[in-house]
Amino acid sequence: MEEQSLGQRLHIDFPLFFGILVLCLIGLVVIYSAGGQDMNLVYRQAVKLLIALVGMVIVAQLPPAEIARWSFGLFLFGIVLLILVIFYGDVGKGAQRWLDLKIFRFQPSELMKLSVPMMVACYLADKTLPPRFLTVVIVCVMITIPVLLIAKQPDLGTALLVATAGFSVLFIAGISWRLLIFMGGVAAAGAPALWYFMHDYQKQRVLTFLNPENDPLGAGYHTIQSKIAIGSGGFYGKGWLNGTQSHLEFLPERSTDFIFAVFCEEFGMLGVLFLLCLYLFIISRGLYIAINAQHTFGRLLASGLTLTFFVYIFVNMGMVTGQLPVVGVPLPLVSHGGTSMVTLMIGFGIIMAIHTHRRFLSF
Amino acid sequence: MAKEFTLKDQDHESSLITRRVYISAFIILILIIMVISRIFYLTVMQHEHYTTLSKSNRVKITPIAPIRGLIYSRDGVILAENKPTFSLGVIPEQIDDIDETITKLKKIVLIEDSDIDRFNKARKKKRRFENIPLRLNLNKEEVALFAVNRHRFPGVDVVAGLNRHYPLGEKLVHAIGYVARIDGDDVKQLDESNYSGTTHIGKLGIEKSYESLLHGDVGYQQVEVNAKGRVIRVLDRTAPKPGENIHLTIDLSLQQIAIDALENRRGAIVAMDPRNGDVLTFVSSPGYDPNKFVNGIDSKSYNLLLKSKDKPLINRVIQGKYPPGSTVKPFMGLIGLENGVRVNTDETWCPGWFSLKGHAHRYRDWKKQGHGHTDLHKAIMQSCDVYFYILAYELGIDRIFEGMSQFGFGQVTGIDIGGETKALMPSRKWKRKALGQPWYPGETLILGIGQGYYLATPLQLAKATATLANKGHIIRPRLVSSTSNSITNEVNAIPNHSENKVTLSSSAYWDDMIASMKDVVHGVGGTAWRSGLNAEYNFAGKTGTAQVIGIAQDKEYKKEEIAEEFQDHALFIAFAPVEAPRIAIAIIVENGGGGSRTAAPIARKMFDHFMNNRDLINKG
Repeated sequence: MEEQSLGQRLHIDFPLFFGILVLCLIGLVVIYSAGGQDMNLVYRQAVKLLIALVGMVIVAQLPPAEIARWSFGLFLFGIVLLILVIFYGDVGKGAQRWLDLKIFRFQPSELMKLSVPMMVACYLADKTLPPRFLTVVIVCVMITIPVLLIAKQPDLGTALLVATAGFSVLFIAGISWRLLIFMGGVAAAGAPALWYFMHDYQKQRVLTFLNPENDPLGAGYHTIQSKIAIGSGGFYGKGWLNGTQSHLEFLPERSTDFIFAVFCEEFGMLGVLFLLCLYLFIISRGLYIAINAQHTFGRLLASGLTLTFFVYIFVNMGMVTGQLPVVGVPLPLVSHGGTSMVTLMIGFGIIMAIHTHRRFLSF
Repeated sequence: MAKEFTLKDQDHESSLITRRVYISAFIILILIIMVISRIFYLTVMQHEHYTTLSKSNRVKITPIAPIRGLIYSRDGVILAENKPTFSLGVIPEQIDDIDETITKLKKIVLIEDSDIDRFNKARKKKRRFENIPLRLNLNKEEVALFAVNRHRFPGVDVVAGLNRHYPLGEKLVHAIGYVARIDGDDVKQLDESNYSGTTHIGKLGIEKSYESLLHGDVGYQQVEVNAKGRVIRVLDRTAPKPGENIHLTIDLSLQQIAIDALENRRGAIVAMDPRNGDVLTFVSSPGYDPNKFVNGIDSKSYNLLLKSKDKPLINRVIQGKYPPGSTVKPFMGLIGLENGVRVNTDETWCPGWFSLKGHAHRYRDWKKQGHGHTDLHKAIMQSCDVYFYILAYELGIDRIFEGMSQFGFGQVTGIDIGGETKALMPSRKWKRKALGQPWYPGETLILGIGQGYYLATPLQLAKATATLANKGHIIRPRLVSSTSNSITNEVNAIPNHSENKVTLSSSAYWDDMIASMKDVVHGVGGTAWRSGLNAEYNFAGKTGTAQVIGIAQDKEYKKEEIAEEFQDHALFIAFAPVEAPRIAIAIIVENGGGGSRTAAPIARKMFDHFMNNRDLINKG
């Protein structure tokens, strides 16, 4: 066995760690501005960030085989919790998402963001790839059950991300294009049925997305104000702490879901290019790790998590720039909030684990 | 597990996954480019558009109301001022339970149900962080009492503002008028941008007619607001231009003398300077308190004023229509002389009554036994009715109408406040139009003594008296002599306005008439001789007693038997000093009885004051 590097011994992938840290620091800087220069908010976010980083490092110590072994149990546990939420969940912002565990409140749907791709990757790793039709059907059921439970809460954003996580693993696993197109067709055909099951506010969001100026002070307000913030920022931005849209409270949810608008207003197009470079760096590192993983499970899971991370970014940016309906998806690693931060970091912890537990046989 | 692994083609799977990862990376790149192009579209191509939207989001222009000009009397007393007032303001946003807060506040300051009603109405219209007045016009004790307890009431505070105040109350209300809250009718007429910060507008009198000067020009401030509309900071400020101060011609000391002399009776007193038209005294009694109108009078008080028998809301000086009675005689005499119907020395036999040929109706003289042989001088001095019956009859309605019109009867005087009535100078044309009847000779007769259809306002009488004192020179009465800039104190005099002259073929006519009027007060047997006793100066006048109801032919007028409201009006016109008139007066005391007994003494008191303080007056 060859000499292990520091990263290998600590089970930390330094390029990934560095990219994450820079993004998080940018997040703190923007939160300081968006939160009305409230240092307390920054401290609290920093504490959450530290906890999440510790979680990441701990998870990174687990060998991937161990993670694979936990997949099924964790998945079942998650499903049970989701069912519990329906009966015992706390209501927050009009939706039942939380389980009150006395010490902290817990969102089982967050757990599913990790356990669904884990479960799918674990299941597919044992099958011959590309997966056969029956395998695909089983995977679809595996994904659909938690997604429906989450969508019922209702939490469309998380349901979407969980579904993405599962299906991206399926895609990487080499599902045939024919099946993929067939599934897309089924989804398209099912969309009208989905409309029927949607809550009024969800329908409203979709309608508003189609024509935000229809209701400028109501449902369309978010999108219009965030477009104003981004557009008025211009190429160079208004400068840090100078964003009028956010500081004068025109912009809603400015330290959480709409933090990208604050970033755009203050740092402009130039800042966005820099931010996207950072994200691309993290994504390409994740995909690099996926390609170089030693087991199918690791390959599938690392690429699935990385793709989910990208979908996070894309959906958030699309929503803030008015190209996608407003679904509650934060900008990963930048938005204020502990839960999504912890989930993401654990995801990166898993990716690091996949990378740092490789065994190199020396002949 | 190991068994299954052997079945798998690891290399094939690995390359399959790697291929799919590359495909994913490609899709990611395409989507990132989409995001970038969207951001480029918003930040670069649409930058101007969104910059404008962002600016209009945050920058609002709010008006600053100018401070209204003050109104001063000739002697420099403030008649209309802007008084700091304190009201109790409530910011709903900062209060958890408003009802409870109001209950607690009630223990400290008086809060009536009407206050709460108004507060609740205002609450619906305003934003939650805006200050809404709960109680207006706190007195000093209430302010102090609240200040002590203030810590108990977060979100409640004393708010200072300016309120129009008329320190003299009802004394000059009919000249000054008042301001009140802008209502729907005002909005249609005014310049909305200039009034965007203004809450009150002149409704009556000087406050109304000089509104544009008093108001000033609105100022603006550009403020940055947040999404809730709360002002964050002021970006730019254009100061408002305060309104001009207005200086009235009213001599407050003379006004007070007139008010005192009237002793709370109904009536009107106008004094003006015949040289320039300055109205020195403007009394319409009773008055009312204009301060009640400023922030809206309650309907109960308003109805009380409206229904009062004394009609305080009527501006008697310019709106009161009275039969002028014998005060028209000097003018009738002049018309008679000018038309050649009489010469000074022509005598008329007065047996105490007069009848038209072929008519049984007797037109009575006030003196039952008659005046005997009467020339114009005696007819004015003793106010012989028969002389003027015959004179009027011989002149005829057309010549009377034309002559009287020259003296301004039946026309507005043109004073600088609105609401004036033309009263009524009857004519053939008027009667046919108004009543559809021809003119009867008997109606001409009684015009000679200022009765019949004849109606005049006190100001018309004062203006005609001034014209007489000026020997034909007509001057328009005015209430404002100058304005001054409230910042620089620069005074802007307003020129007086001369009108046409009444020209007579002989100036001796004027002199003779003035001499006759002088003898009304200074001559032996003059109707107002008591009022002229021991005067240190000479003045000229003419008494009048106007009938309010007709007395039957066989009845005598007995004051005791007639209800007060049907008793005669007492009138007196006069000017002083005779040699170079500086003040002309018209007095009407409603139901005051005889002009010589009730009205003339008021004039004497005013003249005494005026002549003894002439230096003071001239200064103004």
